[in-house]
Amino acid sequence: MIGITRRTSLRALSLGMVSAAAMTAGMAAAQDDTVTIGYAVARTGPNATGAGITTIPNYELWVDTVNKAGGLAMPDGSRRMIEVVEYDNRSANEDIVRSIERLATQDEVDLILPPWGTGSNLAIAPLMARFGYPQMAVTAVTDKAPEFAERWDRSFWMLGGGHDYATGLVEVLSAARDAGRINDKVAVVSVADGFGIDLINGARPAFEEAGFELVYDETYPLGTSDFAAIMNGAQDSGADSFVAFSYPPGSFGMTKTAQSMNYNPKVFYISVGGAFPIYPGVADGKAEGVMAIGGVNADSPTIQDYFQRHTAFVGNPPDSWASAITYASLEMLAQAIERVGLDHAALAKELSTGVFDTVVGEVRLENNQLRDLWWVGQWQGGSFRAVNPADKEGASEPVIPKPEW
Amino acid sequence: MRLILPLICLAVLAVLPLHFSDYGLGLLIGAATYVTLASAWALFSGHTHYISLATVAFYGAGAYTVAVLNEVLPYPAILLCAAVIGGTLALIVGLSTLRLRGVYFVIFSFGLAELIRQLITWYEVNVTGTLGRYIFLDITTRQIYWQMLALGAATIALTAWIMRARLGLALRVIGDDETVAAHSGVNLARVKLIAFVLSSVILTLAGAITSPRYVYVEPSIVFNPTVSFLTVIMALLGGANRLWGPALGAVPLFLVFEFLSSNFPDTYPIFLGLLFIGVVFVVPDGLISAAERLTRRGQVRA
Repeated sequence: MIGITRRTSLRALSLGMVSAAAMTAGMAAAQDDTVTIGYAVARTGPNATGAGITTIPNYELWVDTVNKAGGLAMPDGSRRMIEVVEYDNRSANEDIVRSIERLATQDEVDLILPPWGTGSNLAIAPLMARFGYPQMAVTAVTDKAPEFAERWDRSFWMLGGGHDYATGLVEVLSAARDAGRINDKVAVVSVADGFGIDLINGARPAFEEAGFELVYDETYPLGTSDFAAIMNGAQDSGADSFVAFSYPPGSFGMTKTAQSMNYNPKVFYISVGGAFPIYPGVADGKAEGVMAIGGVNADSPTIQDYFQRHTAFVGNPPDSWASAITYASLEMLAQAIERVGLDHAALAKELSTGVFDTVVGEVRLENNQLRDLWWVGQWQGGSFRAVNPADKEGASEPVIPKPEW
Repeated sequence: MRLILPLICLAVLAVLPLHFSDYGLGLLIGAATYVTLASAWALFSGHTHYISLATVAFYGAGAYTVAVLNEVLPYPAILLCAAVIGGTLALIVGLSTLRLRGVYFVIFSFGLAELIRQLITWYEVNVTGTLGRYIFLDITTRQIYWQMLALGAATIALTAWIMRARLGLALRVIGDDETVAAHSGVNLARVKLIAFVLSSVILTLAGAITSPRYVYVEPSIVFNPTVSFLTVIMALLGGANRLWGPALGAVPLFLVFEFLSSNFPDTYPIFLGLLFIGVVFVVPDGLISAAERLTRRGQVRA
């Protein structure tokens, strides 16, 4: 009895030790084999629309593409599959902050991808800096980007600021006025929100300096759904150019209102939402000539390939503003990892100083910011083409006046 | 004895962050915040049965105060300003609206949050020309937790004191029948106003204390109506007219939300809706009452 007991216990012990060793080995192997990437994006709440169009599909497409290719390439030539840890941040700042704490200290993920929106990216920036993660803030439009890049030296700001977009638009309109295609009167409306205010604050002095007269200048609250009064005011102002610094609901509402009241300004510019793939549908198929924020080089083969892959994977094409940049930021990350590995300090340095080959072309950051961006785009022949900066390679010639609805 | 146990708990809670990871600390802050909000809400609404959906109006006002003043004043002075602003706001609102009853008050209080949000937006757009403010304060996560813990403890202590004082009795009578209360010599307006202002000051302070965690503040971010709804449902789950009810409702619900949103990011709102319905149908008087009823039934059978 005793002998058996001892033998069984010995056997059990050794079995236990072997399996424990196997388990630790297995875990160690699993850790070496995969790269865990965490993100907390808005599945619910007010940010869910933006995240659902620009952020989530690109994250999923990229992870799928990388994993189908055998995983992320490492500096030693090996490949490691990506494992995703995902949370819903409920569009609430408290949850956004907590989910980053969770990803960093509980899940101890290798990399964290940012949420959608300027406010969300700012909310996580101090935490990302404290935990040392590089932050590729793509969907954050802020004029304070230089200041932030300095404050948090592993943060990267990739979508410019309100002033950039406003001055880009003024350049387009100035050129058209100098060519005698439009008069020097502009009707401008802006949404009373951080984004709208940033743009209008940039636009007012820029228009004035370029010799334009703002004959109509109104703000409207976020959540406005009836734009008849605004559009009437703009129509009666005698301006050839209609400019709206708006969010998608406003952009869509104003388009429909302008069509129903047959308001045909020579320039019709809206902001966020204008570059969405659903916009031509919203405009009842008459999007031709509408200008909006953003744009892509529609003739570039890499962009065309990206649009095709996005459409095949997600079911619809990407938006023509921040989507391609989002995808490019992930490509930058993958290339930086291939060069220097997963060490956060080395990765941040590589992102800051390296040159990367992406869907938007060759990318090099300046002071941790992407400055080589498209500011104004226009619907031409069924695709949304970039028209400003006009001297950038791949820019299309703007069509002014816009054809009637 | 009644004092010793809570004090020990408080001491334990105060040293917890020394042993927790950042995420654990984040959870503690979240739980402490909702305990404070639910308890402060119940301080006024629990006894009087005036269901207020204005929680986020004060909570957001507190956060905004910090955002406006964080570069101008030292931190303690900012908190003081937040308290004064919350109190003044509650006084103005209370004086003009506490005559409303039932569903009218509910609707009004919900509108109040939207009103304040639009007023701030209007002011920022037309007067200061900036929307979106930054909070750069050197306050650590632990300090935020300790402040919130202290505020929560103070709220519960205040509630305990009020429930024993004449004010508490007056509030309960008002909740049972306002006409009877008036005939018994209760100064309706004054009693309601005192409770409303106290509750609002705490809500405002809670918003001010958590705001350094956000860095960036915008009306659409800080006036998130979900906060008001969660506060109500948490207080109701525990039992809004009990001292420990709101705390007992807030902690489990907060943890459940956290669990659901991290494990079912896609279907989480559905669970949330079911949970709300469940609370109202299954434990309408709160968990404490339900537990008491169960034990009483057990005793009768024995």
